[in-house]
Order: sequence, then structure tokens, then C-alpha cells
Amino acid sequence: MIALTINGQTQNIEVDPNTPLLWALREQVGLTGTKYGCGIAQCGACTVHVDGAATRSCVLPVSAAVGKQITTIEGLAQNGVLHKVQKAWIDHDVPQCGYCQSGMIMAVAALLSGKPKPTDADINATITNICRCGTFQQVREAIHTAANA
Amino acid sequence: MNTVANLNRRSFLITSAAASGGLAVGLALPFGPEKATAQTSTPEIGAWVVIKPDDTVVVRVVRSEMGQGTVTGLCQLVAEELECDWDKVTWEYPTPGESVARKRVWGDFSTGGSRGIRTSHQYVRAGGAAAREMLKQAAADQWGVSAAELTVSKGVVTHKASNRSTTYGKVAEAASKLEMPQDVKLKDPKDWTIAGKPLKRLDTTDKVVGKMIYGMDVKLPGMLNAAVKACPVFGGLLKSFDDAKVSSLPGVRKVVRVNDSAVAVVADTWWQAKTALEALPIVWDEGENAKVSSATIAAWLKEGLDAPEAFVGNSNGDAIAALASAVKRVEAVYGYPYQNHACMEPLNATALYTLDKCDVWTGTQNAEAAFAAVVEASGLPAAKCDVHKTILGGGFGRRGRSDYVAQAVSIAKQMPGVPIKLIWSREEDMTHGTYHPVMQAKMVGGFDANNNLTALHVRLSGQSIVANLFPQNLDKGDTNPKNKGMDILTFQGLQRPGLEHAFGYTIPNLLIDHSMRNPHVPPGFWRGVNINQNAIFMECFMDELAQSVGQDELEFRRKLLSGLPRNLAVLNAVAERIGWGKPAPEGMHRGLAQMMAFDSYVAAAAEVSVSGGKIKVHRIVGATDCTYAVNPAQIERQVAGSFVYGLSALFYQECTVKAGAIEQTNFHEYNSMRIAEMPKIEAVIVPSGGNSRWGGVGEPTICVAAPAVLNAYFKATGQRIRSFPLKNHNIGMA
Repeated sequence: MIALTINGQTQNIEVDPNTPLLWALREQVGLTGTKYGCGIAQCGACTVHVDGAATRSCVLPVSAAVGKQITTIEGLAQNGVLHKVQKAWIDHDVPQCGYCQSGMIMAVAALLSGKPKPTDADINATITNICRCGTFQQVREAIHTAANA
Repeated sequence: MNTVANLNRRSFLITSAAASGGLAVGLALPFGPEKATAQTSTPEIGAWVVIKPDDTVVVRVVRSEMGQGTVTGLCQLVAEELECDWDKVTWEYPTPGESVARKRVWGDFSTGGSRGIRTSHQYVRAGGAAAREMLKQAAADQWGVSAAELTVSKGVVTHKASNRSTTYGKVAEAASKLEMPQDVKLKDPKDWTIAGKPLKRLDTTDKVVGKMIYGMDVKLPGMLNAAVKACPVFGGLLKSFDDAKVSSLPGVRKVVRVNDSAVAVVADTWWQAKTALEALPIVWDEGENAKVSSATIAAWLKEGLDAPEAFVGNSNGDAIAALASAVKRVEAVYGYPYQNHACMEPLNATALYTLDKCDVWTGTQNAEAAFAAVVEASGLPAAKCDVHKTILGGGFGRRGRSDYVAQAVSIAKQMPGVPIKLIWSREEDMTHGTYHPVMQAKMVGGFDANNNLTALHVRLSGQSIVANLFPQNLDKGDTNPKNKGMDILTFQGLQRPGLEHAFGYTIPNLLIDHSMRNPHVPPGFWRGVNINQNAIFMECFMDELAQSVGQDELEFRRKLLSGLPRNLAVLNAVAERIGWGKPAPEGMHRGLAQMMAFDSYVAAAAEVSVSGGKIKVHRIVGATDCTYAVNPAQIERQVAGSFVYGLSALFYQECTVKAGAIEQTNFHEYNSMRIAEMPKIEAVIVPSGGNSRWGGVGEPTICVAAPAVLNAYFKATGQRIRSFPLKNHNIGMA
């Protein structure tokens, strides 16, 4: 039994400690908003926050997440109020297929918490998630909107 | 729009209609399936409008949503004619099983070829209009007045003379019992208030909170998970596997032969299944194809560049004679690689097989093909099968195939009563794709003494998708017996005048032909597919031709566009916006391209700089004339998104073949553009309207980004690149 703190709640799950956090979240906890894209930390679809840092959960064993605060896309809104990044995403109609957007939003939320007014260069250096639909133009606009919200 | 919740959609629909007293208007249109005589010449497609007592309008959409915005656009078209309140519009997918049970009332479910809107706008709008007339008639009956005296707006029916009004929800039940009008007049698009507007998508909120259910997220009670591995060599066979080596690993329930070429591990969780699969000893019979490599394929295609026999896709005059007598000849050979779709969501399907029923939940671009695959793989009658569609985490053509659906059913059939979710690893997805076909081209142009282009011969040599996927659709050669077996889609963007991918220039002597060579690697439709290489071949070579006679690339093209006003208009639009003919900013270089495909006319103008072996694409202006623009905001997104897909392919993507198998296994070897590389995209939408066929949006613009960038790169460096991706030339993307 492994105890994880996910979206503010303790979850005791039966899982091999080597299992990537991504799969524990999806299969043991049932939080499927965090997506599998590559399994090798290339695409970022699995991005969650671990102690506030954007983390690619597909290569992080659950054993390494014990005792840390894990936030997934499902836990980003607080008390039913969408996070400003989620609001900006809706305002700019960002998602196309949407599959990468959980990870993209989590990466951006982490960026803004450390750097509330990122420049385009900051965005370029930090947001490295793959989006095959090519939503980057709206992603950039929405980041700036969220930063100014 | 959670299709997963409706485990039994048929009973759900019947129940909801009975309980709510709502209107379910079947759009049996004049050309609908009930009119047997009309079936041969018109699509048997209908749609559904459901209106609930609370005025909610549920538009039933059969085309698949994979990010391209088709669902929103189709709902706009229905709502426009229905005159309902857009804020009350929602939607859902019918299933192919229901469609079959209803004599295929919804017709073609397939979502590819940028057809989602352009081939269904007519009957979708007619369906909305018919429903509107029925609702008006129901209100008129209730008030004892003529329907002609009523007006409707935003779902409210008003009789001005008696100052009465009601809502669609209130008259829906009565309307549902009325005869459907067979002839309805559609609005003039200039009067549109919902269609034609840059409305937001209907499916966004769930996607930003993690609630959208993709196939990957389907969960059924008692479900187990499966990981699959097929023979790395296409066409190879599964010889044996040693399940005893993994049967005691955590969570493993069963190891099963999926088909002749694949094995799967079924476990409690997918991670356990994948882990066990990697430990499973497997013996393959790779067969003869293990001798094939990228080099052998390229050599075979190269022979085709000069082969005597070839299918003629387009010709006028006598190009061979004209080239022989040309004062000046220019020649170049180009090549284009295999590429994988690499949808963000790896392929997956969930199947539940019991002894008398088989249901599948999956993201598919072609639910009817998936349905057929379920029927075949399950061995059950069609009436006992169904496919429940989810939103797709990308499709790009790959999810038009149903190989992964058949696999899921095969596994589920070996574990009756247990729902099985099959997920392909990214590695399986990369190495068992249906690839953008390989193609080479020999381009030869001829000039007269006045530097006029008098002849062009384009010889394509490479793979046919149609020959692999549905050979029965190859050209029957009715007009030219030599063309029996031709794949007309190989000529996308180069086809004869009047076709939906027509060649975009007027040249006195023209020959475009194809030496078909089909390696063992399975090819497939791929966003844009054959326009991608054909636009590079044609539009880069147009620059080569212009430069060979010292002419401006825009002026050179304009001279060859007589009688092609829509091609000219988009080309002019991008040239004007980019500032062609005026000095570019310091260090910037420009390139152009234009093409016609999927009945849309598209052009691009790029501005790039080159430094340290990398190209920085600063800006691309992309124009499209798609006849009518149903949602300009979503079209802009498709233009920009298609450029990302096309430029990722240009710079980074190649699937190479070694010992019969694809070498690239994941994004570290098959890169895709990131936000840092994203140019500024300016979409110019120039819908020309009229009675022309409507053009598609999802694909056409993809093809013009690459040649525009390549032509700009030549201006910057004097280097003409003719094989791809650019990484093979040590050219990066900044």
C-alpha cells in the first residue's frame, strides 16, 4: 500500500512502487485527465504538479511521489472556480483535439506560479509540450491573457 | 458529450424520447434511404434534431470530432436553419449499429478527406430547415392559424397578429408527429447569423478540466487491460510465444494470440500488461520482407522515374514532343519519405464480447468501417454489434483504419464477458502505422526562345494508398485502357481540370504520370497526404523554373494562371499581405506556393531567416478559398494547425525502414514542432461563394507551408533542397 497526496487528499493505493505516477493516477486512482502520450517524457501530455513543479509523470515512479503534493488537471480548479489558465483557455478557444491540453495547462500553470508575467522567451524555454494539432498560437495568446488576469 | 455513459444508446434514446415528450425528427430527406430510386445518385445520409421540453437542441452528428471543429460547424449549419438559440445547442453521436438497424439512415460516417462539412452541408441544413417548418406547423395547429403567419427566432415561435408566442420545447412533441416537409428552401448564406460566424467550439470546457473522455479513458465495470505487439516486419507472422515466462508476473491474466501476426498480454492494469509484454519471449517469422530497407525502396522508386509505362493522371498537348524541341530544359528530382501520423493519443479500443453481443468504444474516423471490423472479428451478426464513438485525441487519417478495433475484439472474444481495453504503446503506434506513402518525382520543364514555359512533365514514382486500402476503387480505365489500375488520389493537386484536386496551372503541353510501386510498408491517408509531396514537387520546381529564366516567382506563376481565377486570387492575397515585391525586413527572405485540393484553393507566403544551420520561420500568410466559411475562427485554427503538422513533417519527420521494420519508435526519434518554433500565422479567408462545390478546411492548407518555406530558404542560401526531412541535411528549425 502506498499513500499519495493527490489534489489535497490522501489516497492509499495498491500499486508496485516502480509504476509510473501517470499510470497510478489513471488506473489506480481513476483520474484520467492526465494523459499518456509517449511514456518517455518527450511530449508532456502527462504533466502534473509535484510540490508545485511541472513534472512529467510518465517517468516518475510512484515511490518518488510519496510525501509530496501532487496536483492533476482535475485538482487545478479551486472550490469550483476554474484556474485562470483554464479560463484563458476557454476564452481563447485553445484546444483542438484537446488530448495534450491537460499537460499543456499544467505546464503553463506551473510557469505562471513561478513567473507571473512570462515573456515570449520564457514561454519558449519552458513550454516544450507537443501538440500535434498545432494550437501554439492560441496557447501563447492564452498564456499572456492568463498572466494579465 | 460522454458517449461512454450511454452503454445502451438505443434504449436510452427510446426512453428519453418517451419520457420527455421530445421531438426526434428523422431527416428523411428527398434523397433519403426510404426513396430507393434516389440511392444510387445521392448519399443516403440523414441527421437528427432532438428538442427537449427545456428547449435544449440536440444535434446528432455522424462525422467524428478529432480537433478539426467539424462538430461545431455542423451544429452551426443545422442551428442556422432551425432558427434555434445557439446557447441551447448540444450534440451527440448516433452509432453505426443504429444506422444499420434503420436502413443506414445516417449514411456515410467517415470523416476524412476534409469532407466533414463540405459533403454534408446540404442535407444537414435541409434537416434543420425541415425541423423548423414542423415546429412552426405544430404551433400553427395549436393556435388555429396558418404557419405562414408565424415567425421564428432563437427557438421562439411568434404569431404577431394575435401577440402569441411559444417555444420549440413546448411544441416539440406535437411537431414530432407531423409529416416532414420534403421541399425546404435553404437560407442564402448572406443571411446567416449562426453559420459563418467565428463561434466558439462546443467541446472546449471538458477538455480544459480533464473531464473529456477519450477512448483511452473508457472504463467499464470489471474491465481488464491489454498491451499488444505485432511482428515488427510488416507481413511477418507470429510463430510462438512463451507465456509461462510472464504468467506469474503481477496482474497478468492471460496471454493471447491476437491474429496471425500479433500477441497480447491481458492484465489488471495496462502498465502491468505492458511490463509483462516486454518480458514475453516471442518468436517471429519475419518472412521475405525482412530484406527490405529504405535504400532498396528508394532504388526501386528511382527506376520508376524513367519507366516506360505509367498511369496518366493529367495531360494536354504533347509534353514529350514539346520537351524534345524545347530551346531550354530544366530538370530536377525530388523525394518524399514515409511518415507516421503520431496522433497524441496512441491507438486504443475497448471491446466487450459476450456470446451474443459485441460492443466497442473507441475513437474512430470511420465508425461504419469500425463497425464492419467488429462484425467480422466477433463473428456475430451486425444486429448484435455496435461501436460507441468517443472524441479522438487526433486522427489525421490514422483512425480511418480499424486494425486496432479488430485486435481489441479478437482479444475480448477470447475472454467473453470481460471488457478489454487495448492500448497500443507509443512504440507500437510508431512502428505499426499506416504511413504517408513514399514518392519520388522527376520534374522536367521546357521553354521556348522567349523564355515561355511551353511544356512540363511530372513523373511520379511511388506508393499508392488506394491500391493497398481499397483496390476495388482503382481507376477502371474507362477512358484510357492504359490507365486501368490507376490511383487518381496519387495525383492530388495535379489532377485533371474539374476534379477536386485539380492542377493549378495552364501549360500548353502537360504530362503528369505515375509509375506505381508499392513496397510492403502499409500506406495510409495522412493529413493532406499526396498534396504534401505534390505541392513541394510542383511549387519548388515552379521557383526553379522561374529562376532558370531570371523571372520573378510570382510573375512567373501569374502568367500560367489564365483561366484559373481562384488559384490566382489566393496567390495574390498572400503575395499582397506578405509584401511581395517590396523589400523584406533585414535578413528576411520570402517564398510562395499555391495549390488546389479538396475543392479549396490555398496559398502561402513565408518569411524566414537562416542562421547557424537553422531556419527561423517568422511568419506565414496562409490563404484559403473554401467557397463558404462556416466558422472563420475555426478555419484560422485549421490553417495554423495544418502548418504545424506540415512543417513538423518538413523539418523532422521520416520513418526509415531497416530489415523490413520501421526504425523510429517514439518522439525522441520523430520530433514534432514546439511552441518556440511556431511562426506567426496570418490566415486570410477569401471564400468566393456562389454555386461552386464547397471546399474542405482541415487539410488543404497543410501543403503550401513547406514549399513556401523551402522557396524562402533558397532565396536566403541559394541551396535547393529536394529530399526530406530537412534534418537529413543538418538543417534545423529555430
